Amino acid sequence: MLKEILMPILSLGGMSLLFGTGLALASKKIGVETDPREEEVQEALPGVNCGACGYPGCDGFAAAVIAGNAPVTGCPVGGASVAKKLGEIMGQKSEVNEKQVARVLCAGDCDNAVEKYNYHGIEDCVAASMLADGSKECGYGCLGLATCVRVCPFDAIYITKKGIAEVDREKCTACGICVAACPKDLIEIIPYSSLVQVACKSKDKAKDVRKACKVGCISCKICEKVCDYDAIKVENNIASIDYEKCVDCMVCAEKCPTKAIYADFEHAVV
Amino acid sequence: MEYAGKLFMILLSTLLVNNFVLSRFLGICPFLGVSKKVSTALGMGAAVTFVMALASLFTYIIQYTILDTLGLEYLQTIAFILVIAALVQFVEMVIQKMSPTLYQALGVYLPLITTNCAVLGVAIINIQEKYDLLQTLINGTGAALGFTLAIVLMAGIRERLELSDIPEPLKGFPITLITAGLMSVAFLGFQGLIK
Repeated sequence: MLKEILMPILSLGGMSLLFGTGLALASKKIGVETDPREEEVQEALPGVNCGACGYPGCDGFAAAVIAGNAPVTGCPVGGASVAKKLGEIMGQKSEVNEKQVARVLCAGDCDNAVEKYNYHGIEDCVAASMLADGSKECGYGCLGLATCVRVCPFDAIYITKKGIAEVDREKCTACGICVAACPKDLIEIIPYSSLVQVACKSKDKAKDVRKACKVGCISCKICEKVCDYDAIKVENNIASIDYEKCVDCMVCAEKCPTKAIYADFEHAVV
Repeated sequence: MEYAGKLFMILLSTLLVNNFVLSRFLGICPFLGVSKKVSTALGMGAAVTFVMALASLFTYIIQYTILDTLGLEYLQTIAFILVIAALVQFVEMVIQKMSPTLYQALGVYLPLITTNCAVLGVAIINIQEKYDLLQTLINGTGAALGFTLAIVLMAGIRERLELSDIPEPLKGFPITLITAGLMSVAFLGFQGLIK
């Protein structure tokens, strides 16, 4: 009776003890030393492994921070709060970067843009753009087939009812994955506070733009002339804003004849 | 010669006819969880192969030196889990020391193998079929290769499914389950290979 109870306990317990001490000894002998701070850094990071920092996942970035190869502000997703935490762990001061968001620079939805043909292929912008630059008359416009929506790890992009992609400013972390994924290079990372953007990327001449889209930039240079701050320039048939110089006065957006310049009038401060 | 023939039969049987994933339905979790990309599927397969071969060896030793001699066969399951868990921990340590690159590539899959029922399954089947040491090793390796084959095939199909036009309600997991079912039916075709 006693034997039937004791034997299993002893044998299993013995095996466990053997394995346990074996593993403990092995870890002492061949275990790899890790910096205890590395775990702290990993804890502080968002842990979504988006790769926006340029390292393979959050653990890769943590290792680089510990090794001193990456700045504590290197995580664009975590922003200022994570940078501060990492700074505390590493004993460094962290400069706070301004929050940024992604923006789809095209307003050529189904009301504004002209279609060239009906596309019934693979539901993917990259595939569609291989067929004569996509189904839109404008070769630069958003195709609305949601390639950016699928790659976004934060669920921050959606396709509007009118068929173009738009970024949810509150969810967006400016990780930049959609920027790389868009075959039309339509998405840009802009300062969160910026209220004025040129929502067009067409490098076509005015005549072609007019034919293809109601809200395209026709490079008339009116914006350039009305800007008091030298912040908007027309080059290669397209206006572009220097966000460092722009003060969001919105004069260019008011004067733009095709309304290719978008301004968030609701949040205007001037 | 007859013995070599038997070994070959064991290998063929465990690889194709009684494929662990598609015929015995063991190790379904990683089969569905880690089969989105061919590269990660291959990594998982390699890790499982390594652990399964070693686990077969060690459980064989434990069974015949400790459990059988002490008459504790009923402790088989719990003892085997103990062995496998310790083994995976040890393998993880060795790989981390020897090749940090491989360690990084395998990542979280390595500790996950501890709870892969295919590993426990192969250890128990080895004992049930009363295989000797060489047959045990062949069976363990063959089963793991069969697992790798199934998961890589699945990953290849899923990579293509990503770009296919699938009816809305079937998108994502449902179509994956249907695919797995069809693959299993296809593997049933190997049934006639061995009597």
